Amino acid sequence: MSLQDFINEAISPWMNTEGSDSDIVLSSRIRLARNFDYAAFPTSGEQESLIKVLEHMEKEYSNQSYNQFKQFHLVKMAELEPVQKRVLVEKHLISPHLAENNHTGAALISENEQASIMINEEDHLRLQLYYPGFELTKALETASQIDDWLEERTQYAFDEQRGYLTSCPTNVGTGLRASVMMHLPALTMTNKMNQIVPEINKLGLVVRGIYGEGSEALGQLFQVSNQITLGKSEEEIVEDLKSVVQQLIESERRAREWLLQQSGIQLEDRIFRSYGVLAHSRIIESKEASKCLSDVRLGIDLGYIKNVSKNILNELMVLTQPGFLQHYAQKALNPKERDAFRAHLIRERLQLEQY
Amino acid sequence: MMCQKCQEHEAAVHYKQVVNGEKQETHLCEGCAQEEGYMNFSDNGLSIHQFLTSMFPFDQSISQKQQVRRTEDAVCNKCGLSYQAFRRKGKFGCSNCYETFHPYLDPILKRVHSGNTTHVGKIPKKIGGNLHKQRELDQLRKQLEQLVQNENFEEAAPVRDQINKLKQELEEEREGGDQ
Repeated sequence: MSLQDFINEAISPWMNTEGSDSDIVLSSRIRLARNFDYAAFPTSGEQESLIKVLEHMEKEYSNQSYNQFKQFHLVKMAELEPVQKRVLVEKHLISPHLAENNHTGAALISENEQASIMINEEDHLRLQLYYPGFELTKALETASQIDDWLEERTQYAFDEQRGYLTSCPTNVGTGLRASVMMHLPALTMTNKMNQIVPEINKLGLVVRGIYGEGSEALGQLFQVSNQITLGKSEEEIVEDLKSVVQQLIESERRAREWLLQQSGIQLEDRIFRSYGVLAHSRIIESKEASKCLSDVRLGIDLGYIKNVSKNILNELMVLTQPGFLQHYAQKALNPKERDAFRAHLIRERLQLEQY
Repeated sequence: MMCQKCQEHEAAVHYKQVVNGEKQETHLCEGCAQEEGYMNFSDNGLSIHQFLTSMFPFDQSISQKQQVRRTEDAVCNKCGLSYQAFRRKGKFGCSNCYETFHPYLDPILKRVHSGNTTHVGKIPKKIGGNLHKQRELDQLRKQLEQLVQNENFEEAAPVRDQINKLKQELEEEREGGDQ
């Protein structure tokens, strides 16, 4: 497989378009949790009704199209190799939890991979919709239309007082989780994130690193999402999230300006060193790779680096995950081999930019 | 410090959590902690199940306790989930569980959703019916209130007419349902 083919496989088509504020907000996501009225939830482990749910979805929606979403393709977990599942997880098209459901788990994925409907995850249906950049309102509107389309052919579990009923009390009501993926290098470098995160938590929103564990956010990529799903309308939830994200965008822009003024040459040096590491190293761990990728992306946004495409950060963050590396290598790699192969892949990817 | 549940043994497990900015502290003896599920840490640290389990209140007044006892014995007649199992897992088994465990849900939902217990968002097209109209009515009433407050009577008049029309429709539907 050539690198270009591999990238085409790794990068969902929707990622190649640009949304608003895309220097800071890489993508927006809406997730809706829904259950069928007649079947016990997947958490009950009652296989019979889950098989019915899967059959219904396969019969009614497999290879169907809805508006701009062409050809929802059904993939059953039982029919996938472990590495194929891992690749879908790393692309965020399915969750690790769904990947474990080898009996009744499946996903309907639209051709451009913008919409994915997980079947028999924690709830019968988990609809996910991605948009590039900061596009939460549009994403909510479209997700709600797809939701109507799914509701047409079944009866949802819904209660007048509690709203859409879900397996977990944390999702009941709207079943909505709205989130954005943000690149916040300047706020991280200036140690502002430590102060900002608790403040945002107080507003009923959650901030966490997308890659990496605990407080460490690899690639300075953060996910901001709502926690409360009950007692607020979908629009209110999205508006509240939007106003916080808007403030974060402005703070990040100010921090970038401040960094430029205060330490222009040091910042430039850091960016080009990272660029050098990515372009020439022979062994690179994922932690170092993500730091360097974040620096280079910042360098592109600030105009220091001109001949590299912006996509490099999100693209290589996905490509250099263990699942993808092994998929590209076409064999299992131990951690040491992975680090060498990762360095190789990144060098090769940067060379694609040189014409 | 004594265990805040049994008040008999020295507290051995101290648990702090922050929910939407509100700090809560829990001090339990080993026995009670085990019972409350604080001791079953999985390899991945605190899972969301355990996190939820920890949200269940335990210091209640006597009357509440009696109610709780009844609920604790409750078993969902559709999926067979017992209240105990729900507490342990932090997950419902089916839509009917919401009905079965209803008396105990408000405090849990309040904790998770910043004091909210009632849905105000989207309504499925099929189920809606009356509910859609009721929501619209609520919204129009709010709108009318705002308009009157701003002394914008010209715009308020058609809103008032719309409210009356909706009210009539709802009443007719109700009467129709009685027959």
